[in-house]
Amino acid sequence: MSDQTPILNAKDLSIFYGDNEAVKSISLPIFEKKITAIIGPSGCGKSTFLRSLNRMNDFIDGVSHHGEILYRDQDLYADSVDPVEARLRIGMVFQKANPFPKSIYRNIAWGPNINQLGGNLDLRVENALKQAALWDEVADRLDDSALNLSGGQQQRLCIARALAMEPEVILMDEPCSALDPISTLAIEDLIEELKAKYTIVIVTHNMQQAARVSDYTAFMENGVLVEFGETDQVFTRPKEKRTEEYVTGRFG
Amino acid sequence: MAELSAKKTRWNEWVLEKLFFFCAFVSVITTAAVIFILLEETLTFFETVPVLEFLTGTRWTPLLEPKHYGILPLVAGTMLIVMGAAIVALPIGVASAIFLSEYASHRARSIIKPILEILAGIPTVVYGYFALTFITPGLRVILPDTQIFNAASAAIVVGIMVLPMVASLCDDALRAVPASLRHGGYSLGATSFEVTTRIVVPAGLSGIFAAFVLAVSRAIGETMAVTLAAGATPNLTANPLESIQTMTAYIVQVSLGDTPSGSLTYQTLFAVASVLFVSTLMLNILGTWVMRRFREVYE
Repeated sequence: MSDQTPILNAKDLSIFYGDNEAVKSISLPIFEKKITAIIGPSGCGKSTFLRSLNRMNDFIDGVSHHGEILYRDQDLYADSVDPVEARLRIGMVFQKANPFPKSIYRNIAWGPNINQLGGNLDLRVENALKQAALWDEVADRLDDSALNLSGGQQQRLCIARALAMEPEVILMDEPCSALDPISTLAIEDLIEELKAKYTIVIVTHNMQQAARVSDYTAFMENGVLVEFGETDQVFTRPKEKRTEEYVTGRFG
Repeated sequence: MAELSAKKTRWNEWVLEKLFFFCAFVSVITTAAVIFILLEETLTFFETVPVLEFLTGTRWTPLLEPKHYGILPLVAGTMLIVMGAAIVALPIGVASAIFLSEYASHRARSIIKPILEILAGIPTVVYGYFALTFITPGLRVILPDTQIFNAASAAIVVGIMVLPMVASLCDDALRAVPASLRHGGYSLGATSFEVTTRIVVPAGLSGIFAAFVLAVSRAIGETMAVTLAAGATPNLTANPLESIQTMTAYIVQVSLGDTPSGSLTYQTLFAVASVLFVSTLMLNILGTWVMRRFREVYE
């Protein structure tokens, strides 16, 4: 396994919805500029875990945490940490594309604008759209409503929106689950390319997707981290029997 | 296999269907009858008073000699009430809605919402009395020139009356904005205030606008409070501290008097009511049109 220090590091992390323990003492490192896939059956807590990495669980009533998540040695849940700033550095792409009901341009410019990131805004929008492989399709209609884009384009727009913030980490919560196979491939290609600049954590139902795009894979079941390792190893020589059964499609 | 039995006539189904149809039909008939009577009497009125004189005249003295039939003073009085009420109800209503939908805890919401509904359930005559005995004396302390009956006091109380409706409709509009948009905003490093003012309110804007329109429409039609608090002086003025008369208050005044049926004065009632009816109808149509459009926004 890698000897580099992780950019995010969950240590003995448990997450509760009220009294219900959805994530059970998980310890999982997220390595810089790598793609980490989290797989597991529905309801295993993988999305809950992902949302805890940029404090999006703050918006869900009754969620509480035990243990810690270190972001470069700083506890994300420490009282002194500003969650708004944490989300600036750790961006997110959601399961269902959620473009704002605004123009394509204003969707991308929205984040940089409110956070006064400075620089040339037009250029920032263009770069983000190029990185998200959407520029060629929308360059001549930036003022059109983002809601007129197709589902796959909307999801790439949401990726571009996250990229425009130049975050260090991008969390992706089943970003392709609502997309057709062609859009899915486009986004997987995109994720590969983004690895050069960003750290990516992707939650997915699709095992082929995890195997195709990720460097590391974590397999979760019933809130427990069953196995974590390099993707090759997890898929070809899993240490745990449950992992083997899952990745070979014998259950789930 | 046995053959399917012959079709039965189910009499109870038939009777119930007709009964339900009749109930639905009653409201249609009533509306049609109201419009018919309004139109008939209004047209008779216009045989004596030219439409142009009615719509552009600046003096309204149908009960005094010399008689004048210019509706503008009543329209101006109504506008004063509407604008005053809007100034009170719209900002407070939107702010309450923002609080309720974006900031209030479940507990706070469960206390405030019912209170708003109680506010909406108070009889309007109570509001009128409240204006007369509480708001007007208060105004007169601050602005001693205020007349006993004045537009400002009535406007404030009408504003308070429509406030629950504005708050509730705006709350609905804001809550209809999907949580996923808020989360999108937060994930880009926005604060609650930025998410509220730059995503949720703009996305719910057409719903908010529809609430405004319906509130204005309700303020135009409001009768009891303005009759009690605003006075009975048709007055073409922009000064809210003076006594005025609204269209609705005029109708009350004449209806309560001993105006003989069929006289010209009697017909003014219908002419004024037609103006009222047309303005609220247009506003309601505008309001529902905007509402319907805003439902399509997120699809």
